[in-house]
Amino acid sequence: MGKTLVDIKNLRLSFFTPAGEVKALNDISIKMEEGDVLGIVGESGSGKSVTAYSLMGLVPYPGRIIGGTIDFNGHRINEMTEEQLRDIRGNEVSIIFQDPMTSLNPVYTIGNQIMEVILLHTDKDKKQACERAVELLTLVGINEPAKRMKQYPHELSGGMRQRVMIAIALACEPKLLIADEPTTALDVTIQAQILELMMELKRKIGMSIIMITHDLGIVANMCQKIAVMYAGKIVEYGTTDDIFYNPRHEYTKGLLRSIPKLTDKERKRLVPIEGTPVDLLNPPAGCPFAPRCSSCMKVCLKRMPEYTHISEDHYSACWLLQKEEFEKRGERA
Amino acid sequence: MSRLLEVNNLKQYFRVGGSIFRPKYVKAVDDVTFHIDKGETLGLVGESGCGKTTTGRTILRLHEPTDGQIIYDGTDITKVDMMPYRRRMQIVFQDPYASLNPRMTVGDIVGEAIDIHKLASDKHERKERIYTMLERVGLNSEHANRYPHEFSGGQRQRIGIARALAVDPEFIVCDEPISALDVSIQAQVVNMFEELQQDLGLTYLFIAHDLNVVKHISNRIGVMYLGKLVELADSYELTFHNLHPYTKSLISAIPIPDPVESRTKKRIVLEGDVPSPLDPPTGCRFRTRCPYATEICAEQEPEFREISKGHHVACHHVEKIN
Ligand SMILES: Nc1ncnc2c1ncn2[C@@H]1O[C@H](COP(=O)(O)OP(=O)(O)OP(=O)(O)O)[C@@H](O)[C@H]1O
Ligand SMILES: Nc1ncnc2c1ncn2[C@@H]1O[C@H](COP(=O)(O)OP(=O)(O)OP(=O)(O)O)[C@@H](O)[C@H]1O
Ligand code: SF4
Ligand SMILES: [Mg+2]
Ligand SMILES: [Mg+2]
Repeated sequence: MGKTLVDIKNLRLSFFTPAGEVKALNDISIKMEEGDVLGIVGESGSGKSVTAYSLMGLVPYPGRIIGGTIDFNGHRINEMTEEQLRDIRGNEVSIIFQDPMTSLNPVYTIGNQIMEVILLHTDKDKKQACERAVELLTLVGINEPAKRMKQYPHELSGGMRQRVMIAIALACEPKLLIADEPTTALDVTIQAQILELMMELKRKIGMSIIMITHDLGIVANMCQKIAVMYAGKIVEYGTTDDIFYNPRHEYTKGLLRSIPKLTDKERKRLVPIEGTPVDLLNPPAGCPFAPRCSSCMKVCLKRMPEYTHISEDHYSACWLLQKEEFEKRGERA
Repeated sequence: MSRLLEVNNLKQYFRVGGSIFRPKYVKAVDDVTFHIDKGETLGLVGESGCGKTTTGRTILRLHEPTDGQIIYDGTDITKVDMMPYRRRMQIVFQDPYASLNPRMTVGDIVGEAIDIHKLASDKHERKERIYTMLERVGLNSEHANRYPHEFSGGQRQRIGIARALAVDPEFIVCDEPISALDVSIQAQVVNMFEELQQDLGLTYLFIAHDLNVVKHISNRIGVMYLGKLVELADSYELTFHNLHPYTKSLISAIPIPDPVESRTKKRIVLEGDVPSPLDPPTGCRFRTRCPYATEICAEQEPEFREISKGHHVACHHVEKIN
């Protein structure tokens, strides 16, 4: 077993909006070891981004952490000041977003933006920072790096901008790279390049990755562990093989049944998940998936199920599993 | 099966500046030829900016074609007055948020098309028709009095489809109709497209970037690259026996939602980015990224040839590569 890098425990986070309290994260726990590649998948609005940002000590207004702890690389993130956090961000943990255009500053050159991060977090001087920036651009596969340094973001293609973002994120060789839908805006052939690059850099630098995506193909390809989120809850967690070949939550099962696969030899009818996603302003009392679940029982509508452990690192919060356990115990008695 | 649509050597060039003497053009669609049979779904895939949307819109004459011919149900519609065809040929857009007027009720959004084409003789018939359409896409009559913002993404996409269906079309261009939807909702909409096709005998041109979905819904698939159709074949054939180097890399780049398959999958990672459509490479437009390119690829544009029955490819070296 490796060293624990991330340990989020019972995190609760709400947005206090004029319309009411949006319970964005409802008792989230995540543990990651050094070198892990964790995938977070789930519906839009299920809390994937908010979870990842909270790890960097970022809670967008009007959000507030109302319970739980966030430990990262020996720091208790939720008790740190903004100043202390600034030392960690971009240094020990970095993030890349879906749209590189919104996170790159249009009025500064690529070179300026990479050097800024290096100057902020290391004691390199300007010349050394410049050399390091060229080195980083080469590392992420950008040709003619010296020329690119002088260019502005709009002069680069989408794929190249995302490479620049990765270069900036890696400037200080972080322990953890959070990638929030890093390839959604890119074409598949460019996406393949970027994902390949991330995995190669992971091997070289030895960092851990949290990959947030709605694309089950991407997590199948690059993650070892997967957290499936639904309405502010991790409803199932397991190894990639657990999740794909032995899913134990009805939402995970439904999700897998509803996607077609390019390599299917026969044309099967898709089995959709009926209904619509949860309104977090008025979440159901019990299991958040209950209103859409075809196996829903009475208890599901009333109380949130506890986690049932299928194996040490495979668990799921579903009343069906609790019932199974209960019946097994009954038989034994 | 009979042909519903035939597109011959279609070109769509957009003027994007330059001088009067030396105007500059984007060759968004350049010499594209294909057909679609009645009741069939033709999928169209390719990288962003390769001309998929432009192809769909030009067929509907929402852009006037620069050159080429569009034959719909036996009639050349390249230059005719489109009014009689507007009803028969519809389009569903990607963005279910932007394409619906926020100030109109769902009933009026669907009803507007009925009014334009005078498909209801009185108020009662109009209402009945609106309700029928809403039910057909899995909504109900109560929804008619509500506004678009009261609906989820998937429901809004259904409203867009109900609007298209309200005029009894035969042919629908579906331009990324599921891209903006949650994965768990996509299957609902895909199934609905399939059911409507079976029940109403609709014909689709289905544009999407998710090949997992396109392969599922299409009978045949066309692959575009920088304004050119580079390969066209039966969807099974295109997935498992593709011939063009670009198709091969495209298919190999799709992440398969299956860990074991993706671990064993061979990936052809293409170098470089897509060239600018303002200044596309000479000869074969794919040559700058193609691992098989030779001199002839830079000199001559490869012909779009039928290699085996119904399987068309534009590449000088198909026989050698495969
Ligand atoms: N600034 C904010 N104010 C109010 N509510 C917010 C804010 N930011 C996020 N939320 C809410 O918190 C919930 C979780 O949002 P989050 O962005 O983490 O979702 P996500 O899983 O990343 O979704 P997506 O796949 O669409 O990116 C959502 O219901 C969202 O509406
Ligand atoms: N009205 C227009 N005027 C000028 N250029 C245009 C116009 N519409 C499209 N283009 C250009 O034509 C090319 C093809 O665009 P099109 O929208 O058809 O691509 P697409 O394959 O649908 O891409 P995407 O997957 O991003 O939707 C692009 O280079 C685009 O910039
Ligand atoms: S014609 Fe030449 S460059 Fe084009 S795809 Fe074929 S081999 Fe590659
Ligand atoms: Mg998000
Ligand atoms: Mg388009």
